[in-house]
Amino acid sequence: MVIDLGYMAGLVPVILRYVPLTLAMAVVAMAIALVLAAALAIVRVLKVPVLGGVVAVFISFFRGTPLLVQLFLFYYGLPQLVPAFRAIDGVTAAVIGLTLHFAAYMAESIRGAILGIDRSQWEAGASVGMTRLQLMRRIILPQAARVAAPTLLNYFIDMIKSTSLAFTLGVTEMMGAAQKEAAGSFRYLEAFLVVALIYWAIVEALSFVQRRMEIRLGRAFAR
Amino acid sequence: MIRIRGLVKRFGSRTVLDGIDLDIAPGERIVVIGPSGTGKSTLLRCLNFLDPPDAGTITVGDLTVDAAHASRREVLALRRRTAFVFQNYALFANKTARQNLTEALVVVKRMAPAAADARAEAILAEIGLLDRGDAYPAALSGGQQQRIGIGRAMALDAELMLVDEPTSALDPEWVGEVLALLMRVAEHRQTMLIVTHEMQFAREIADRVLFIDGGRIVEAGPPAAIFETPKDTRLQAFLRRVG
Repeated sequence: MVIDLGYMAGLVPVILRYVPLTLAMAVVAMAIALVLAAALAIVRVLKVPVLGGVVAVFISFFRGTPLLVQLFLFYYGLPQLVPAFRAIDGVTAAVIGLTLHFAAYMAESIRGAILGIDRSQWEAGASVGMTRLQLMRRIILPQAARVAAPTLLNYFIDMIKSTSLAFTLGVTEMMGAAQKEAAGSFRYLEAFLVVALIYWAIVEALSFVQRRMEIRLGRAFAR
Repeated sequence: MIRIRGLVKRFGSRTVLDGIDLDIAPGERIVVIGPSGTGKSTLLRCLNFLDPPDAGTITVGDLTVDAAHASRREVLALRRRTAFVFQNYALFANKTARQNLTEALVVVKRMAPAAADARAEAILAEIGLLDRGDAYPAALSGGQQQRIGIGRAMALDAELMLVDEPTSALDPEWVGEVLALLMRVAEHRQTMLIVTHEMQFAREIADRVLFIDGGRIVEAGPPAAIFETPKDTRLQAFLRRVG
């Protein structure tokens, strides 16, 4: 068997049509996950009673189980318990699953970054009479965000690749489209190679942005 | 009027402050001296609960806080009546020099941004850093950072300014400008409680000097009495060592 380059070339625009869906799922999930992760991290750092324990269990569960299992539990499992969940479509379910999963990971990164901020920053804020939330929002989080940014971008890259799991929930995204094409032509190698190359290109583009960002962040607050 | 009664602070089994009683009159400048590790900085840090005291009461104006059961709101109220100058400056690293001055005015005191900016400009002028307002702390010299640190405390217009070894972290070349600025602050009748190892400065700025050893105020009095006719043998020994 030889690789049919002509077939591959013809497949590229077909798969590219699904790139917007992939990016949309990743961007929406990332945006919500960031907010959620920051909230989870703050609850953990401030050691909020009761809620802190709930958050710890939440993070532990979503880090301790595979994303695929979480998606199946959520999409195929939960509706058996709560019929209302049947109304949720595959894309929404995938976005919710990705959000919760990555929020758990990112919360730990953000928490680590917050704990890395020098104690003097907390004391300075406290000494001028800021509340803990004011301090967090105005002083600590902006500094922690710069520390955590490269790691968070890594998670975003990981998330883009993980959107391919939406295929298992019946969503026709890049992977699903390739599967359908291959099922018709029996050219699995070419189809999945095209998908792989497109993912690779997207991730490389983001890695370029990431390197640029790290240089910029290195100079932060220095003038 | 500031009144401190029976202030106690323990770190584990070690008693660092062993019942401090102190009254401070409005506009009074008090300097705390004493051997290292005797609780001078802890005293300052207990007064605004950076280190929560274990017992005692602190009264600032009409606010009295009982250390044994101080609520978060009381601690906040106490901190809003005091200002703190840190040994290591502790400027907000993500804020410019000017923002370091305006931050608490806008966020804590709810001052209008324009009014806060005007106040910041006046203070920048007073501390001689008008041209460095847009600089981040990392770009400032140690002396400049500490002047901003003092400016941040000035901006608060606090009933009590706590100044914790303001020159201990500084290169010798910057000590003079920082001490000179504190002298100017004192001239505004700002009530101050200062911990310092600079004895000449203590003599010049203080209305009253406290000698602390073993977590207690051992001797107190005007600078002339403390430095020229010390009575307690520990104070005499301390002055011989630092003099």
